[in-house]
Amino acid sequence: MMARVAFLLMAGIAVAAALGLVLRRNAIHGALFLVMNLGCVAALYLMLGAEFLAFAQIIVYAGAIMVLFVFAIMVLIPGKEETGPDPRKAWRLLAAPLGGALLLELVLLVASRAAAPAATGATASGSVATIGRLLFTDYLLPFELTSVLLLAAMVGVLLLARSREGTAQSQGPGPEASLRASAPPRRAEREVGVR
Amino acid sequence: MIPESWYLTLSAVLFTIGVVGVVIRRNPLVIFMSIELALNAANLALVAFGQRTGNPDGQALVFFVMAVAAAEAAVGLAIIVAIFRVRQRLSVDELSVMRW
Repeated sequence: MMARVAFLLMAGIAVAAALGLVLRRNAIHGALFLVMNLGCVAALYLMLGAEFLAFAQIIVYAGAIMVLFVFAIMVLIPGKEETGPDPRKAWRLLAAPLGGALLLELVLLVASRAAAPAATGATASGSVATIGRLLFTDYLLPFELTSVLLLAAMVGVLLLARSREGTAQSQGPGPEASLRASAPPRRAEREVGVR
Repeated sequence: MIPESWYLTLSAVLFTIGVVGVVIRRNPLVIFMSIELALNAANLALVAFGQRTGNPDGQALVFFVMAVAAAEAAVGLAIIVAIFRVRQRLSVDELSVMRW
């Protein structure tokens, strides 16, 4: 009984935070709502017995990834971007029936699965020791590939985020030449530098 | 003990909210956060399924999803910053250079 009350509380906060992320116009508020949502899901992981994932969720998602997002929001100052009238309001209103249809499908899927054979009774341990042993035996190759993926992401980010002030002349048209062609030239870049 | 279907229903609701967020928002940063929300809902479903069958493989899969999400967030934000440097505005409606 207590567990169900706790679940409903956590689920309610998670859904409210998700709605806050989608419906609030301010991106910073959205980021903080998402942190709240991730924290609630981490609590649900704990209730499921997945201790390692609960703390990985808080450290990796709510810690590292969301700090990155908040940094990006602060740097780009997009808070004022969505204030104007929406030029494609009619199209976006289509999202309501389509989202409702998706939700209906997923819930029907869950309901049809509810009749499937019940749990085996054995509960999976989610302790660090269990997950660690699993990652370094059965999932060793994917684990190592993850390191390659992260390295590739790091190199790619450095390439994308590198300042082009000094290298623009020597390198010729970069990958964003087509972007620049239709953008207000030069002045825009200088303003970013000042800011 | 909480029924597995509760977790799956919550996962479905969160996933739907994430998908709707991707569709209705114009700010690419918020769209990215909505994608993270949907990924997170899928993770919750994976953990719930793993609990049902009693083996921790689902949790290992969630670990890999987290690693890929971290890489995806870093690269995606770098792309957004690179676009913002030359465009000064941040609305997905205006980013149509790759559309033919």
